[in-house]
Amino acid sequence: MRPDIIVIGGGTVGAAIAYGLAKQRQQVLLLDGDDGDFRAARANFGLVWLQGKGLGMPAYQVLTRDSIALWRGFTNEIEAETKIDLAYEQNGGLAFCLGEEGFEKRRHDLMRLHNQRGERAPDWAMLDRSALERLLPKVALGPNVTGASFGRHDGHANPLRLLAALHEALLRHGGGIRHRARVERIEPVGRDFRLILDGETLVAPRIVIAAGLGSPALARQVGLVVPLRPERGQVLVTERLEPFLPLPASGLRQTGEGTVMIGATKDNPGFDVSTTAEAAAGLSRKTIEIVPALAQVRLVRQWAGLRIMTPDGHPIYAQSQSHPGAFVALCHSGVTLAAFHAETLAGAIAAGGLPENLSPFHQRRFDVPQAA
Amino acid sequence: MFRKLHDPGAQTVTIFIDGRPVPAELGESVAAVLLRQPEAWCRTTPISESPRAPYCMMGVCFECLVEVDGLASVQGCLTPVRNGMRVARQQGPRSLSA
Repeated sequence: MRPDIIVIGGGTVGAAIAYGLAKQRQQVLLLDGDDGDFRAARANFGLVWLQGKGLGMPAYQVLTRDSIALWRGFTNEIEAETKIDLAYEQNGGLAFCLGEEGFEKRRHDLMRLHNQRGERAPDWAMLDRSALERLLPKVALGPNVTGASFGRHDGHANPLRLLAALHEALLRHGGGIRHRARVERIEPVGRDFRLILDGETLVAPRIVIAAGLGSPALARQVGLVVPLRPERGQVLVTERLEPFLPLPASGLRQTGEGTVMIGATKDNPGFDVSTTAEAAAGLSRKTIEIVPALAQVRLVRQWAGLRIMTPDGHPIYAQSQSHPGAFVALCHSGVTLAAFHAETLAGAIAAGGLPENLSPFHQRRFDVPQAA
Repeated sequence: MFRKLHDPGAQTVTIFIDGRPVPAELGESVAAVLLRQPEAWCRTTPISESPRAPYCMMGVCFECLVEVDGLASVQGCLTPVRNGMRVARQQGPRSLSA
């Protein structure tokens, strides 16, 4: 069957958009990449996170907040449809502070973010050490922990189950998924787009490019110039432990199965997903400073993934001016923004255009000539 | 379930499984000794709590996790016995304080 719309990219971003389009009664075909591709969706840490995000871009703060407001309903719907438990918990989240200086810096950073938006009351609080100890009765904190910031709207979910559930839900709404479907070329033909794959050609009147780091080469062919770079993040995971950490923290969370995820590093080695001993040592040191008892625990795995980074770190959402019907959606917070992608963004794409409040996310913001 | 084909003779050492003395032979693994016990299981899983016994015997499957001399989640198949070693069957997930 001829699809109404083809989504290129079967990661968390593309799958959420495709699922949302299928719910809008679009005939959707989702093209997933190859096993050898860089798959950020399979390396994700699993936070559904608001605190600390959006400095310098109020619209991103609003977007994140809106997506998190949709997350519970989104979870309930997709779990009912697929019977896949996303393990979503939204009981708030922590960012640990080390030293008095670290505590004051965190307060200062969150206050700046708060003032940027000028809303009524903050939805976060600074917890001193004793308040933090009451919140985490099973954790013996390291001596240098002075407290934490607590974000009321933060939470976490299982990112691999989310991806599986999005694919499953898309199929249940009549969509199609093609795996190992690498798009080599896009040719605009009249008002349609012809996608050239290895040994196959697909045609649709509309396309969404959500192919992560593979997107710039495709987007260029439909008049969309999107600057992207890979940023490597490495994560450690421990053996399963009895539940001791009731809330996720930035860089430290205990999953429903009991493993502890420790993350994440940031560096720029290019298209390289190898893991390094340096990263494992650095993450371990940082973690033991917060929870010393974790030094006795066994690590079972370390992995690396590549974040999809724009020059300012914020998402790109745009429709091509030269080739209407071609959209691009790129971000590195595919889990937090999944509800927004499935509900709001997919609805706008189905209706034919992005709303005015998404205009700050157009890549034209990078075209401003730099001052000498 | 299993028995040794030969008598280890002078190579015999004693290890303790859940406090009970058990003969073992120098050079064999903790998992091999466990498989000779009337109860061959060595741990229960953190999620389903079902009992598990050593399986692959080559360090891959992680079914043979036991506590050895107070250190939890040790792979029994990769750990040679020592005289006086204290082995404990591991029940469910480790506790962080243990």
